[in-house]
Amino acid sequence: MKTPLVRISNLKVDFKMEDGRYFEALKRISFDIPHHTVLALVGESGSGKSVTSTALMGLLPESNTVIDQDSCIEFNGRSVLAMSKKELRRLRGGDIAMIFQDPMSSLNPVFTIGDQIIETLQEHKSMSQKAARQKAIDLLTEVGLPNPESRIHAYPHELSGGQQQRVMIAIAIACEPKLLIADEPTTALDVTIQKQILELIAKMQKKHGMSVLFVTHDLGVVAEFADEVVVMRHGEICESGGIEEVFSHPKHPYTKALLNCRPSLTYRPERLAVIDDFLQGEEYQLPADRPRGYQEGNPVILEVNNLCKYFKIKTGLFRYIDLKAVDGVSFQLQRGKTLGIVGESGSGKSTVGHTIMRLLESTSGEALFEGKDILSMSNEDFKPLKRRVQIIFQNPYASLNPRFTVGQILIEPMLLHHIGKDRQEREKLARSLLDKVGLAANAFNKYPHEFSGGQRQRIAIARCLTLQPDILICDESVSALDVSVQAQVLNLLQDLQDEFQMSYLFISHDLSVVKHISDQIMVMQQGKVVEMGDADSVYANPQHDYTQKLIASIPQNPQWFEANLAL
Amino acid sequence: MSQDNNLTLDQEKVETQVPAQSLSSLAWKRLKRDKVGMISLLIVCFYLLLCAAGWMGLAGENWRADVAVPNAPPTFATWEPRGTQVNTVAAPSGSADQVDDDNSAAAPDPLAALMAQADKHESQYASKTTTLKDTLILGADGQGRDVLQKAIKGTSVSVSVALLGAFCAIVIGTILGAIAGYFGKWVDDVLMWFYSIFTSVPDMLLLLSFAAVLSRGISTLVLIFALTSWTYVFRLMRAEFMKHKERDYIKAADAIGAGQTRKMFRHILPNVSHILLVQFSILTVGMIKSEVVLSFLGFGVGIKQTSWGAMLAEVPSELIQGYWWQMLTVTVFMSVLVTAFSLLTDSLRDALDPKVS
Repeated sequence: MKTPLVRISNLKVDFKMEDGRYFEALKRISFDIPHHTVLALVGESGSGKSVTSTALMGLLPESNTVIDQDSCIEFNGRSVLAMSKKELRRLRGGDIAMIFQDPMSSLNPVFTIGDQIIETLQEHKSMSQKAARQKAIDLLTEVGLPNPESRIHAYPHELSGGQQQRVMIAIAIACEPKLLIADEPTTALDVTIQKQILELIAKMQKKHGMSVLFVTHDLGVVAEFADEVVVMRHGEICESGGIEEVFSHPKHPYTKALLNCRPSLTYRPERLAVIDDFLQGEEYQLPADRPRGYQEGNPVILEVNNLCKYFKIKTGLFRYIDLKAVDGVSFQLQRGKTLGIVGESGSGKSTVGHTIMRLLESTSGEALFEGKDILSMSNEDFKPLKRRVQIIFQNPYASLNPRFTVGQILIEPMLLHHIGKDRQEREKLARSLLDKVGLAANAFNKYPHEFSGGQRQRIAIARCLTLQPDILICDESVSALDVSVQAQVLNLLQDLQDEFQMSYLFISHDLSVVKHISDQIMVMQQGKVVEMGDADSVYANPQHDYTQKLIASIPQNPQWFEANLAL
Repeated sequence: MSQDNNLTLDQEKVETQVPAQSLSSLAWKRLKRDKVGMISLLIVCFYLLLCAAGWMGLAGENWRADVAVPNAPPTFATWEPRGTQVNTVAAPSGSADQVDDDNSAAAPDPLAALMAQADKHESQYASKTTTLKDTLILGADGQGRDVLQKAIKGTSVSVSVALLGAFCAIVIGTILGAIAGYFGKWVDDVLMWFYSIFTSVPDMLLLLSFAAVLSRGISTLVLIFALTSWTYVFRLMRAEFMKHKERDYIKAADAIGAGQTRKMFRHILPNVSHILLVQFSILTVGMIKSEVVLSFLGFGVGIKQTSWGAMLAEVPSELIQGYWWQMLTVTVFMSVLVTAFSLLTDSLRDALDPKVS
């Protein structure tokens, strides 16, 4: 049998912690990457997938990493662990190339993209300046950057996120690598761009005959495009095999769970599946469908008319132009229902949420809450209404004050709005809310940094609940979370809506998530509403071109996979 | 909660530790592992104790007394044994106002009255014998004052001036910086103009001009240092507040209805306090040095007090005659503290912001 391109066997990596103890990041894992294959390495954060790809590049920090003696990483028959620094450098960039999640931070902002490609070429291939320049233009043409002749002089910030990722791919394939490591390359991108980048990587893989190690937390992304899949959890491999085999007949309960916890476009379960449903060993029963939808004439809690938010952009000493972030948006939010707002980045969907919460001042328009316009009232008049309208932000790592304990975080809003008689009563309420959002009682005295992303988002939700709001604005509230954690938080939001009859304004770029939780959907493009209507009918029968394009970009599960879901 | 399976490295670590690790207690843990930092901290604490002891009159109280012969050498530098010199010094034992100046008794000798008065005066003066030592542990200065006592008193003056000055600079700089950074717009413009005026004058010139106008003394020095150093803190705090006010946790505080003051001082301030701590330490070192320069130039604490700078000011004339001990003592006292303080600053920075190291 031919030797595989990469052979990893018995790989055990320990990290030395600050306090001198060791954390076992990889627990003796073994897998091969064959030639000309796309292998997807799937796992949640903390599963060890990034440690694996970093070890393969020989980039693990020497100071605090211990790689076990018996571990073996072979690239084309040569041991990577035994290589000298010089050999490793030749390996990286030459035989192995890498693209990262955030192209903006991987590109050097002070050099033109042309310079950066030429530098890579000259470093590894000793080309003349002129030949390298021509090659750079060819590469940019190949990755589909428009006007490569002139764009070669562009700086990274002049390109969009998708274009930057194309440039990263051009740099990566410049030296004809045998292996391309793609570490979450599409996570930061919009769905439409994500689809294009995935297609580009697949095309390049076929054309250059390389192998791709695709690291991701999202099984849905790789279904169409990977040949083999390795599922990791807690530093161990749960399951590996051909993609069709793993997807259609998953053996490990964790794989089954991952496949099922992602919201689907075709059905809407009462509750999303979570990992625990599968690990408890019982057969998972697909819950009943939840009917969603809205009817005209239901009580309306928030009516927004012709909302505009313009940002002034300075173009000269005294000259400004208006950037119309939100331009004439009108909608009605019905009591106890969810309005989903979808759109790509820059469409103004988050600005709508922030303007209604008055975190940004609106330029014009009105937002009628129980008949009163909350946009034009004074700060003093609005303060009591803040109890009724609350917001949960995207990044749970940034939205909690790191110097406050969870207890302080929960008690502060009660203090400000005089909820509860004394400290004891407030503490009691805070503890009951922690329980409600599914956190242990000892969380009360802990600090935010002691929690994982999903747990922090629960704390943020509990903070909003202290005020018992009528409207909850969820601004990309589950976008930063792993799929399985996302399912838990979505279930929690659903439970809370059922219990408290809250109305949600659910803002997200993820169409399947919005489809799952919304009754009504509003599609935004460049500050304007292009389509609005009942959730199911918008998805089933999109009217506007842009909506059609968005829906077509969602990673589609192949037929053979969809049929086997929730076995 | 066990349902969340995305434990990252950090969380795995803290999960197994004792509950409730505030950021400051984590920083303290890191500092405790830093040997250099801990030794520096001990030295700084020792100086703080010395400083407190100086003010409470427990040490260095007799710095003004002439206890030895002028320029008595330190014991460790005395090779030939010397005898103790006995000096007779006339010291008043009563007050001169008590002298009864009455000339009523007329006498044939015209000088008799004056003589009697002189006798009376003399009777009120007792001859006192004091023993002046030939050597002292660290020697004596030109007036026979104990250099060790002076150094201890000087420590307490210099260190308190520096600490108080740094504290005032931090308070002024933080409040103005917070206001400028948080509110922005015209408030920021006005404060920035004010800041620019202060920074456009060279620091030393500003120090000297304040010192020339105001009267001598410890409180004047503190005021001068605060007025010249707040600009560093202002610049830092302004930038930090600008950065933090855009953070999501401040937007979240806004959303639950927190007021401006609360957002500025209850939410943002604790998050920038580590920067203030490091800045405080840097400023203190700088002010110790400035105090020396000012006192050396004669703008210091004045003759009723002593300080490291005042002591160093006496050094040039002594050195010419070969009396080096006062210079050595002050230099060692000062350089040990300044070095320890600087090392402590570095360790603090590492402990409080592990991302940098």
